[in-house]
Amino acid sequence: MSDERTLDLLEAKIDELKKLDEVDGIDLTKEISKLEAKLEDLRRELYSSLSDWERVRIARHPKRPYALDYIDEIFDGFYELHGDRIAGDDRALLAGLSRFAGRRVVVIAQQKGRSTEENKERFFGMARPQGFRKALRAMQLAERFGLPLITLIDTPGAYPGLESEELNIGGAIAESLSAMAKLRVPVVSVIIGEGGSGGALAIAVADRVIMLENAIYSVISPEGAAAILWKDKERSKEAAAALNLTAAHLEELGLIDSVVPEPLGGAHKGFEQTAQDLKSELAEQLESLVEVPIDEVLAARYERYRSVGRYRQADDADE
Amino acid sequence: MAIFKERQYVRVDVDQERDETLWMKCKSCGELVFKRRVRESGNICPSCGQYFFHTAVERIDSLVDEGSFSVAGDRIAAADPLAFVDSRSYVERIEEAREKTGLDDAILVGRATISEHPIVIAVMDFRFVGGSMGSVVGEQICRAIETAVEERCPFILVSSSGGARLQEGLFSLLQMAKTAAVRQRLADAALPFISVMTYPTSGGVQASIASLGDVIIAERGAMIGFAGRRVIQDTISQELPEHFQTDTYAFEHGFVDRVVRREDLRDELALLLGFFEEES
Repeated sequence: MSDERTLDLLEAKIDELKKLDEVDGIDLTKEISKLEAKLEDLRRELYSSLSDWERVRIARHPKRPYALDYIDEIFDGFYELHGDRIAGDDRALLAGLSRFAGRRVVVIAQQKGRSTEENKERFFGMARPQGFRKALRAMQLAERFGLPLITLIDTPGAYPGLESEELNIGGAIAESLSAMAKLRVPVVSVIIGEGGSGGALAIAVADRVIMLENAIYSVISPEGAAAILWKDKERSKEAAAALNLTAAHLEELGLIDSVVPEPLGGAHKGFEQTAQDLKSELAEQLESLVEVPIDEVLAARYERYRSVGRYRQADDADE
Repeated sequence: MAIFKERQYVRVDVDQERDETLWMKCKSCGELVFKRRVRESGNICPSCGQYFFHTAVERIDSLVDEGSFSVAGDRIAAADPLAFVDSRSYVERIEEAREKTGLDDAILVGRATISEHPIVIAVMDFRFVGGSMGSVVGEQICRAIETAVEERCPFILVSSSGGARLQEGLFSLLQMAKTAAVRQRLADAALPFISVMTYPTSGGVQASIASLGDVIIAERGAMIGFAGRRVIQDTISQELPEHFQTDTYAFEHGFVDRVVRREDLRDELALLLGFFEEES
């Protein structure tokens, strides 16, 4: 986004002036507040009417806060559990013991890498069967000890590779869906960045699904949809709009429960605020669940998924 | 078709292609083969034994006792919840598929018997938007499972699907969770679910209901996998094995219990149904 670069430059300029102000004792307060006002105006102009495609870009922004950033900020400790006990340990999908809002919980989270080096290890947040089977282990552990499950979703999708197929990634996702649907503890899922297809849903079958304002959640990436349906990879913007993949669209369609606001420009422009807002929302949703007898929670979860879908009666007039 | 006991609203004219030409070329061996002979032999190439697509009706016809099939439940059709338009509108695609197949969507569900064992069977039809699972397919699978539970009989799903119905966006993705959740009803009632994977069983269908069978049977010649070959090749520059995602590949890697020839599927299902029906 070239307009975003203008904002970054302006921001740098203000920082520079602030330093001058401090170091040299020259009074630049007026100039600084003028520039800050201008920056705010530009931000508002640029971000208040984001297209769906622009939100896709924000959801994938390299500076976007990732799962471990939120875990550090709003969870109390994270004792990571490793390995699926069969084939290895997936670094794209993490599982561990933690505390949230004073309550013991199990956390399952997808983690992207910041650097190329880290992404080699984390496969850009794309989990392999090892990851989904580790998640399954963590779910069963949560159930065994009656601990609520919180999942943080941020993935372009399940990893499409030879090794994934050999280890039956489809079967691993299916098992995860099946386990979550009947898990006898409250489950809250948060889409913090990209909710990419089956790889996202595999850990997002929940009693409550929260999305950050600029997160996306979709059956296929806009690029994938453009290639398959438009036969033209350049049509990703149109595909993004057609897929209704933003938090606002999905809330309107009744497919998610709530949206946590982000500062103008995205969560990376004000991480602490975003994290605190997410914390309050997550705590509220979790509290509303732990008070309810688990059989009722499960009945409601079943009904939630049983009833999802839009269709109509077919009549002979259609023929 | 004789297999329908009740209302005959599913219009499938398997002979419709006959008008165009009486012969077809087998993509596998290149031989020109007489179409009617192909159909009469269960859509198997008389020259090389290659399987051609079964329509849902042909598949049902090939598996259940003659005249035993009746469509279950109310008819439902796609609703286009996103008003989706790509190079064409979703409504148009659906209309065309309905005309081409005579089906309401990519699945046909009903009651039948196999060697006199009562079953509920759901069969996907690849001709209908690639057999993709949207709200209608997901709902019909769930209703089929509920009917099986009510009537205390086994459930058989024959998959032939490229995966999720992209034009329904997240609604279609969530059908994976929906079918996986409802599948549990069969387990709770101790009723068997036999999943038959045919060419192709991939994407969101392989990654949900089709992989959750008590017994999973692959039809010989099936293609089974999660991600498409091209997608994988775009991600990794590695060469893929020649038999990648084939029936033998799935069997060797432990995805399926058995690989069964099309000619033997009915007997194989009868055998299993008999076993599960026995009082122990």
